[in-house]
Amino acid sequence: MEATILLQQLVNGVSLGSLYALIAIGYTMVYGILRLINFAHGDLLMVSAYAAIYGIALFSLPWYLSFPFAIMATGAIGILLDRAAYRPLRQAPRISLLISAIGASFLMENLALVIVGGVAKPFPRPNFFNHVIRAGDLHIQVLTIYSPLITLVLVLGLLYIVFKTRVGKAMRAASWDFEATRLMGINLDSIIAVTFLLGSSLAAAGGIMWGMKYPQINPFMGVIPGLKAFIAAVLGGIGNIVGAVIGGFLLGLFEILIVALLPNLADFRDAFAFLLLIGILLLRPTGIMGDRPAH
Amino acid sequence: MSAKSKLILNIALLSALFGLLYLFNRYGSGYQIRILNNIAIFITLAVSYNLVNGVCGLLHLGPNGFIAIGAYTSALLSMTPAEKELNFILTYLIWPLSVIHVPFFVSLLAAGAVAALFAFFISFPVLRVRGDYLAIVTFGFGEVVRVLCNAGQSVTNGPLGLKGLYPYTNLWWSWGVAVLAVIVIQRLINSNYGLAMKAIREDETAAMAMGVDASRRLMLAFMVSAFFSGVAGGLLAHLITTISPGVFTFVLTFNLLIMIVVGGLGSSTGAIIGAVLFTWGGEALRVVEQPMDIGIFTIPGIPGMRMVIFSFVLMLVILFARNGIMGRQELSWDLLVSKFTRFTRTGTPL
Repeated sequence: MEATILLQQLVNGVSLGSLYALIAIGYTMVYGILRLINFAHGDLLMVSAYAAIYGIALFSLPWYLSFPFAIMATGAIGILLDRAAYRPLRQAPRISLLISAIGASFLMENLALVIVGGVAKPFPRPNFFNHVIRAGDLHIQVLTIYSPLITLVLVLGLLYIVFKTRVGKAMRAASWDFEATRLMGINLDSIIAVTFLLGSSLAAAGGIMWGMKYPQINPFMGVIPGLKAFIAAVLGGIGNIVGAVIGGFLLGLFEILIVALLPNLADFRDAFAFLLLIGILLLRPTGIMGDRPAH
Repeated sequence: MSAKSKLILNIALLSALFGLLYLFNRYGSGYQIRILNNIAIFITLAVSYNLVNGVCGLLHLGPNGFIAIGAYTSALLSMTPAEKELNFILTYLIWPLSVIHVPFFVSLLAAGAVAALFAFFISFPVLRVRGDYLAIVTFGFGEVVRVLCNAGQSVTNGPLGLKGLYPYTNLWWSWGVAVLAVIVIQRLINSNYGLAMKAIREDETAAMAMGVDASRRLMLAFMVSAFFSGVAGGLLAHLITTISPGVFTFVLTFNLLIMIVVGGLGSSTGAIIGAVLFTWGGEALRVVEQPMDIGIFTIPGIPGMRMVIFSFVLMLVILFARNGIMGRQELSWDLLVSKFTRFTRTGTPL
């Protein structure tokens, strides 16, 4: 394979991986505290993409207002999701919590289907992200470069919140020992709400970039990215934010490179991620960075 | 109540059921027969799904994979070589499958056996994890089966699917299998193996400390469940006569999950009630997706509204009525008799 094609694919892999990383953080944060796989997390991607295009189309907002609005709206829906679907089940058996999560996911997808219709909508890509950089034979869309950079900035901000603020300290305490944190007089419900807010907002940013990258959006667009991001979170070590980011980038590179190096296996692309997941759970359930086993 | 009178009552119940089916078969419309077939297939699927989810307490999300395997196996075995040649336009069907042609009954058995074989192999990675991870891995299995059905064109004919299957499935096949599945699974649940499965559900560590071989018991449940899911998949294929990978998406699993949660996780009676309610409710709710004419103006139908209602019902049940209709109780003659005698003795309603 030529070096330029390889380089091109590497850039694509990093760009895809950055989106997985953004989404994986939400999974890993919620899992860290509630020990719950938030099945509805992927659907928040879809919510933010639709909020963004309706902000542009209905309220004729410029993109730099519409995108933050979509992120805030999705963060609010993330909090609502916790309040409505998960908080009533804090003392319930785990299987009920999981079924509730699956139900919430289907409810969001099908409500979206009823509200916006099943026809895929084009996602407007602002000119700002639309330039193509040419370097020799290399053609790179600016978006491909921006999305890892945006991801890095957001992750640094998140790490600041988690490791340098009081709320972050409470979050880390809750993920270490839920009951002891409650005994210390910390209001866990509000800490969990903040966790959902942060995770959902990052997923929303991921959803908008996903929409710009693959500009056909439909009510079920969040399912597959959500699952892949979950696998990335397990790969990096569930409950570990840095691990989720590393896992996301690795999974993106892995997928793109497998398709690039073995093109006749491209049909099986979606199956690889699950085989990878089974492999990790069998061989190293703590993931790359994790300190606790994933089950 | 003595075992003998229970047996007589059971036989009477079964004869009543099949007598009713005979009447429907003779005088019912095609639509009614179709719905009855659907109900029977969903009863088989829900009761076998409940064995893993309700009785063993594992959130298994991959029955759509086993149903797909059963459907394809039975379809490929029951089609005549000429029919297969008509279907496979783009590629050739690989050799042994292209010439095999077996009776419907054998193809159903094979469907169950192949599904159970798959269950055996995937239970090694799957049963090493629990809880959320088991859910994701089994979900992944269902997706991988669908991806393979799409990509393995020389076996499954890819996205085109298989068309023109002979509609072998009638009321006798579908209800015969449903009754058999309920009896077998009920006997399994009431055996020592079933007790062990319930012990694992309540506390796996404690069960293992009592000498229960957890992974073997769970594997048994997983394989029995997969066997009946596969057989039901074969019945489904020969009922709808056209199968493609798109039929066996996660939505199928989600529907089964609604049935067993609404009926009551852990109760076969609940699974049966859930299957009947779901199939009947799904038909009754068709009105919301069609335009409604109320005198002066017309309310436009909302496509997809049924799925919203179903998801909403699932959420409501899990949030506010976690036990569903039956809880973990089974409807039995003893239960009926005790309720009845209490009613006649005290005069209070049930």
